[in-house]
Amino acid sequence: MTIMDLPMAPGAGAGQQEQDLVLEVRDVRVRFPMVRDWRGRVAQSAHALNGIDLRIRRGEAFGIVGESGCGKSTLAQVLMGLLPPTEGEVRRQPRGDGRPANVQIVFQDPQSSLDPRLPAWKVIVEPVVVRGRRAAPGRDSRSGRAALRACAAELAVQVGLRPETLDRYVHEFSGGQRQRIAIARALSSDPDVIVLDEPTSALDISVQAQILNLLQDLRGRHGLTYVLISHNVSVVRHLCDRVAVMYLGQIVEQGTAAAVLETPRHPYTRELLDAVPRLDRPWTDGAPAEPVELPGNRVLPAGCFFRERCPWARQGCERPQPLLCDADAPQHLFRCHVAQK
Amino acid sequence: MSYFWYQLRRSPLMLLGLLILLAVGLAVGLAGWVAPYDPEQINLVQRLAAPSAQHWFGTDEVGRDIFSRVLYGGQQSIGVGLFVAGCASVVGAIVGCFSGILGGRIDGLIMRTMDVVLSVPSLVLIMALAAALGPSLFNAMLAITLVRIPFYVRLARGQTLSIREMAYVQAAWTFGAGRRHVVRWHVVRNAASPIVVQATLDVGGAILMAAALGFIGLGAQQPTAEWGAMVATGRNFLLDQWWYTVTPGCAILVTALACNLVGDGVRDLLDPKSRVK
Amino acid sequence: MNADATPILDVRGLSLEFPVFGGAVRALNGVSLRVMPGEIVGIVGESGSGKSVTAMAALRLLPPDGYRVAEGSLHLGGDDVLAAPESIVRQWRGRRAAMIFQEPMTALNPTQRIGEQMCGVLRAHRRVRSRDALAQAESLLRDMMIPDPAQVLRAYPFELSGGMRQRVMVAMAFSCDPDLLIADEPTTALDVTVQRQVLQLLRHHARERGTAILFITHDMAVVSQLCDRVYVMYAGTVVEQGPTRRVLRDPRHPYTRGLLDGLPEGASPGTALAAIPGQVPDMRHPPSGCPFFDRCAFADEACRQRPALLPLDTDTPEPAAAGEGAAEERLLACWHPLAQPAADMPGERT
Repeated sequence: MTIMDLPMAPGAGAGQQEQDLVLEVRDVRVRFPMVRDWRGRVAQSAHALNGIDLRIRRGEAFGIVGESGCGKSTLAQVLMGLLPPTEGEVRRQPRGDGRPANVQIVFQDPQSSLDPRLPAWKVIVEPVVVRGRRAAPGRDSRSGRAALRACAAELAVQVGLRPETLDRYVHEFSGGQRQRIAIARALSSDPDVIVLDEPTSALDISVQAQILNLLQDLRGRHGLTYVLISHNVSVVRHLCDRVAVMYLGQIVEQGTAAAVLETPRHPYTRELLDAVPRLDRPWTDGAPAEPVELPGNRVLPAGCFFRERCPWARQGCERPQPLLCDADAPQHLFRCHVAQK
Repeated sequence: MSYFWYQLRRSPLMLLGLLILLAVGLAVGLAGWVAPYDPEQINLVQRLAAPSAQHWFGTDEVGRDIFSRVLYGGQQSIGVGLFVAGCASVVGAIVGCFSGILGGRIDGLIMRTMDVVLSVPSLVLIMALAAALGPSLFNAMLAITLVRIPFYVRLARGQTLSIREMAYVQAAWTFGAGRRHVVRWHVVRNAASPIVVQATLDVGGAILMAAALGFIGLGAQQPTAEWGAMVATGRNFLLDQWWYTVTPGCAILVTALACNLVGDGVRDLLDPKSRVK
Repeated sequence: MNADATPILDVRGLSLEFPVFGGAVRALNGVSLRVMPGEIVGIVGESGSGKSVTAMAALRLLPPDGYRVAEGSLHLGGDDVLAAPESIVRQWRGRRAAMIFQEPMTALNPTQRIGEQMCGVLRAHRRVRSRDALAQAESLLRDMMIPDPAQVLRAYPFELSGGMRQRVMVAMAFSCDPDLLIADEPTTALDVTVQRQVLQLLRHHARERGTAILFITHDMAVVSQLCDRVYVMYAGTVVEQGPTRRVLRDPRHPYTRGLLDGLPEGASPGTALAAIPGQVPDMRHPPSGCPFFDRCAFADEACRQRPALLPLDTDTPEPAAAGEGAAEERLLACWHPLAQPAADMPGERT
């Protein structure tokens, strides 16, 4: 069965599902022109995203897992509105007051994502200042300065920073504290969705635990929706409700975190999860293998993108693969006809 | 502030530069009190006198005290240096930031104009401008400033372009910031330090340039004292009355050197990598 | 493991400071560790633990005027590294010990082809002729399972992927047959599938050539799979050490336990993780007592005095597994070592 064949549940029609959605990505494709011919027309492109469909529900934590080159950073930029898709669209469902959903981002590197020459409180309230200026242009910001500082102090307490330290510059804080500042900044404009781009990759493991707890806590308190992009499978498993696995600009598997990360169906997901070092699993002393390189995205492989690396490749894989599911688990989708029962 | 003293202790050269500048600055600034004679007072009896207790640097061909003229001349020369560095850096930075943040055709237009100016050797262009405007110290200052501006435009634009790609600017775009906000909040702060360093170094360079113009007669005109002009006039008496040329020449040398030392020190001071994280 | 053999790397009580604005940062505060020939030893720690500084100090790679040794010693292959003249130390680098860094792009010269860089290393240390050097470089790359080594030799670093570059780095490191290979977070920047391949490569070649490895990382799982022994460092000193399996399965230091408990792998999804409260101490003013005092749930007055690194007094000695000799001791720097995992609660003592 393909996703098109799924029957709609009676009563809970498309209308209610639409209401629950906060962010919708429809067949988004992104191509970057790499080489132009003498006439200026594009001769070769990098195909960063090749048909992404996502329906993110309000209040859930949605994880996106993949390795370098899979397009997850490009997807983050598209979700944020920093990069217009070459094809397809991203829809932000309106919130209560009619405005489109407010999507904010927390970057991976807390060092470069915060202006080193601004004091922490200004970093935190910058989104408020920007939105305030847009709502009421020309208004004197000085009278609101005290209000802004108070806002920053209140957010600081929520993320576990001491308000009296907010006058310091960003470089005077530790890595974990800087990430807290980044999270406070994301919260300051009352967001609906926060995109977390590798939020703990640059942090120590003891700090990672603190930040993950903080994120969990804030989500419950503010009813936030998270889109967590990471290559760290255990973080995604811990924090997310649903997960999508990306390979070469496509989603190859999607479903609940438990289903995808504990009982993966797609061969790439299996290989990925197998390679993750685990404390409880010793290595077999095998001979080292040849390097397996990701195929470039300039010329997309015909048919299944994973075919060259796949141990199950057989006839039928040379055709483009749609997302399939098993009859008994319609929410667990995977892009492999061999894996289907 | 205490970080400043710490850096000062670590770089004795910067300390030396600062002390020299302080001494020169005070002497020149307070020339009215320090100078023993009126720089324009002629005394034909004491023409071309050698340095002595009465005239520390000797006298020139019409008997004017050279020490006093050096002090007053410093006001002209150092004034030019400060004006040029200040104006060129501010104007250049504004244009450069503007060009960098707008991008596109406007950026292209501005940069091509700057390229045209930069393609002509600076001294030649300055001389041509100063000659066209007419010989005077103010015109010399203007010519030097105009020719220095493209360097700052390039510098500021380069800084703006790299700051634009920083993650914190990307973050600003995501919450809807416009270009004006980004420039005010992020670009100015972060682009400032290389521009400040360059301006500090330029003070010395501008002094030299003004002296060069004065030397060829396009700068300050007689009877105004100015270091370059004095060096030029002293050429005629170089063999027997060496002090006439050498003393203002030394003043130029020492001041320009001190400016460079301080400029290097400022660069180290503002370099975030040398700070404790 | 022959207990009488000279350790390749022998660090004893090393304390090292970096003078900075406002004082000095004590990067190493009494570190003792050793690497015996042929074994794979891991150092686990977080930022500020001093693990990278230890590695850099072993090859005297720290900026010469930028640090000061307060006390202790460091011997590489029996010779004192800290006191030796630079010319001698330069001979050791690459021959006695080689190093691999985290970011292969900055470790490889971006303006030189791979072949030139590898040959340069070979010619410098092994005095081979140019022709032979190229052939040796090619065979080294083939050992690293790189398909088409000739093409890689002609390439520039930016033309290769991160995983390829790291393989080249490993090849360069092994090229002069060093006794010790120091790897400072070599796979942190790599994808998980590439990481597995590079780690397998490292282990295979080290075992084959009898090279010892000092592997520095913050990833406990990688250590569990690669290393024979592990040192856990915190705030510039070693707090726990021993055979990897035992330390990670049965950690006795509260910090080690805290690190392992805080990993999301071990916790149920969605629950709060057992995070260690607080932060690493400011090493400009190193704590006089136990460095973990502020953050430890079991700390008391006795902990105001710095505990020494002592052998663990096990009540129930585990039988030595195959391959572990009697010299595989467990040391701990703690006044109140934790008991067996399930039984521990704050307030209880062993």
